[in-house]
Amino acid sequence: MTTSTERTHARPNAGARAFVDRVARVRELGIVVALLALFGITGAVNPAFLSPASIRDILLNSAIIATLAVGQTLVVVTRNVDLSVSSVVGISAFGGALILADHPQIPIPVVIAGCVVLGAACGAINGLLVGVARVPALVATLGTLYAFRGVDYAWAGGRQVNAADMPQGFLRLGSADVLGVPLPALVALTVLLAVGWVMRNLPQGRELYAIGSSPDAAVLAGIGVRKRVLTAFVVSGALAGLAGVMWAARFGTVDATVATGKELDVIAAVVVGGVAIFGGSGTVYGAALGALLLSGITSALAVLRVDALAQTAINGALILAAIILDRLLAIRVAKALRKRRYRDAR
Amino acid sequence: MLALREVSKSFGAVRALREVSLDLVPGEAHALAGENGAGKSTLVKILSGVHRPDRGTLLLDDRPIEFHGPADAQAAGVAVIYQEPTLFPDLSVTENIFMGRQPRRSFGRLDRRAMRTRAVELFSRLGVPLDPDQPTRGLSIADQQLVEIAKALSRDARVLVMDEPTAALSGNEVERLFGVAGSLREQGCAVLFVSHRLDEMFSLCQRVTTLRDGAWVATDVIADITPDDLVRRMVGRDLATLFPKTDTSPGEVALRVERLTREGVFTDVSFEVRSGEIVALAGLVGAGRSEVARAVFGIDRWDAGRVHVAGRPLRAGSPTAAMAAGVALVPEDRRQQGLVMDLSIERNIGLTGLRWGLVSRGAERARATDWAIRLQVKYAHLTDAVTVLSGGNQQKVVLAKWLAREPRVLIVDEPTRGIDVGTKAEVHRLLSELAGQGLAVLMISSELPEVLGMADRVLVMHEGRLVADIPRAEATEERVLAAATGRAA
Repeated sequence: MTTSTERTHARPNAGARAFVDRVARVRELGIVVALLALFGITGAVNPAFLSPASIRDILLNSAIIATLAVGQTLVVVTRNVDLSVSSVVGISAFGGALILADHPQIPIPVVIAGCVVLGAACGAINGLLVGVARVPALVATLGTLYAFRGVDYAWAGGRQVNAADMPQGFLRLGSADVLGVPLPALVALTVLLAVGWVMRNLPQGRELYAIGSSPDAAVLAGIGVRKRVLTAFVVSGALAGLAGVMWAARFGTVDATVATGKELDVIAAVVVGGVAIFGGSGTVYGAALGALLLSGITSALAVLRVDALAQTAINGALILAAIILDRLLAIRVAKALRKRRYRDAR
Repeated sequence: MLALREVSKSFGAVRALREVSLDLVPGEAHALAGENGAGKSTLVKILSGVHRPDRGTLLLDDRPIEFHGPADAQAAGVAVIYQEPTLFPDLSVTENIFMGRQPRRSFGRLDRRAMRTRAVELFSRLGVPLDPDQPTRGLSIADQQLVEIAKALSRDARVLVMDEPTAALSGNEVERLFGVAGSLREQGCAVLFVSHRLDEMFSLCQRVTTLRDGAWVATDVIADITPDDLVRRMVGRDLATLFPKTDTSPGEVALRVERLTREGVFTDVSFEVRSGEIVALAGLVGAGRSEVARAVFGIDRWDAGRVHVAGRPLRAGSPTAAMAAGVALVPEDRRQQGLVMDLSIERNIGLTGLRWGLVSRGAERARATDWAIRLQVKYAHLTDAVTVLSGGNQQKVVLAKWLAREPRVLIVDEPTRGIDVGTKAEVHRLLSELAGQGLAVLMISSELPEVLGMADRVLVMHEGRLVADIPRAEATEERVLAAATGRAA
């Protein structure tokens, strides 16, 4: 018990060591700093950015992407990727809206549950392809990205569901406030906290990290790799189904093209949030903060009157910057660990 | 306690194990001996539940048992320490130890405190001060191996299988590991110990089973046999056949290196290799031997000096020019530099034959078959990936790849590292034959017996300089070592 702790404290540069450890373990700190800088600087230039209405907007905008990013993190942590999320959002949003419009007698909670189950089923298809049939995730989910969207188009047949067709009670869910916080943001927060708790405290969560960290070692440790990977995809799909409901409730007008292209925003949020794209490390909190940061940047650029066309480029540059920063930190930490090893060897 | 009965296992057409039986008894350390490719690793993987035998049975406490996966074997009390650590680099040392069977609290939560306490206990029992909260990414191989050992200990294993655990450990660490293994054995644990180091088998184990070519050869009580007996069982012939260098009369100068210098790496290196001659380049690790070879072959540039191949100057810094002039380099690290591991055997052999990036499939195959036969590579199909071959056979494929070009000068860097005794002799025979056919061979080797047995002349490097050029007749272990360590030759 004492040997290792004494050893740590006895080091003359325990401070540097502690810093290295902290950075190695809490990558999310960087994003928090970036968020504070974003709000500080933009707020200083234009105080309207910090008004309650503006903050509420940012929370609403990031809620859907954050929910998706949480699901995506589970998949990415296992060294896979789920590109199909945007199509699952699309099919769930359209399906839910259509049923609400055509069959108003069905209770809203049942429709919501149905959308989540639909998403989970889509996720199960991905999970079976990747976890059981061993198709590389990039290829499998690229295929289902088009396949699910195709089903969506076929189902819609060019139809569009308008806000007027849907029950008011449902649409209110998309903009209602609870204790001053928009409901979708609360839902995203609840999802985040629940999944975050599981990932940290339950063996099932830790096993996802183990699988992504070293798939071969995971097999040797007796972890049911296929089952876990399948589960990760199912959860990602279910959360995409939930995000589809949030989309329909928030925007009201739904057709078959909903959320097209959003999968890249989600992956960007995950990567910016410090989740290693090759699996094994990163947290759902980081991914959610990444989603918040990206939508915050979009709002900030609008407030700062940056040309809309330039915004995409700036977003891209920021993603690259985040990744480069992450790499630099990783290299620094690796170097420090290596040095430490030499010192300890002596 | 745990036993194998006439177990067989094949991978494709390669029969890795043929009707092997083995008994592990409580309180006994059992050694498993055999050359590379003899089937030791396959046997370990059957015990650990990674592979399932094609035929034969596993007995646990005299009852047949089937392992459907590593989890089953673990549940049966089998703990395995693999040759290469199987850790999760992103997770902490503690999490690595308990992954798959963590202690729980209410709601199924992990009991982190209990895990940490037990990890600290394990490390104090092992006598190593490892930080249980550190991620394993930064750990040295030796420390990673210690984590593996702690993992095995934490399982309260009844059967401890160690697959070459000492390869990366220093003397102290080996002793400590043996101490732990010994005390486990005294507590009634059965130990299976796989190693290439005979002295370790003899100091740790009571019985030894020898495998050769996947088949059981003998099971002996260690006290009744000598290391020489064991080697004979492993190889199936006497060691005297090693290093069969035939005498040749050297011909023209094939490779002449004049005052070659690369700043900070080697200085003023001059030597000649004649065709039909095997010249060894000896020296300690880091003396600059491989660097000279890399420079001659054009991988690295040199700052001063000249290289002539068959009397014509060689352009610096161009492997293409070196290859065109007839120089071939078989690098030290065959996995990283010598082979494309996922490509097939024939593709690998054909690789250096690329002309403007094109190959003729038929010619490639004919050439691959020809060389595979001449070098006696053991394979199932030429289209198999190189990864499935044993280390010795991989080395033969690398050799085949270069020999297929019919080079004038062959540079081999540690040609027999990590290769078992039998294949080693074959590689030696091959080099010797090639020299007999007029090839000039420059052999970098850290194994003195190999250097002394094979070389017509021994060049010795020390700290980047060539310090001695000793003819075969005068080369002794003492002289080479003296020169290599910088004492006057």
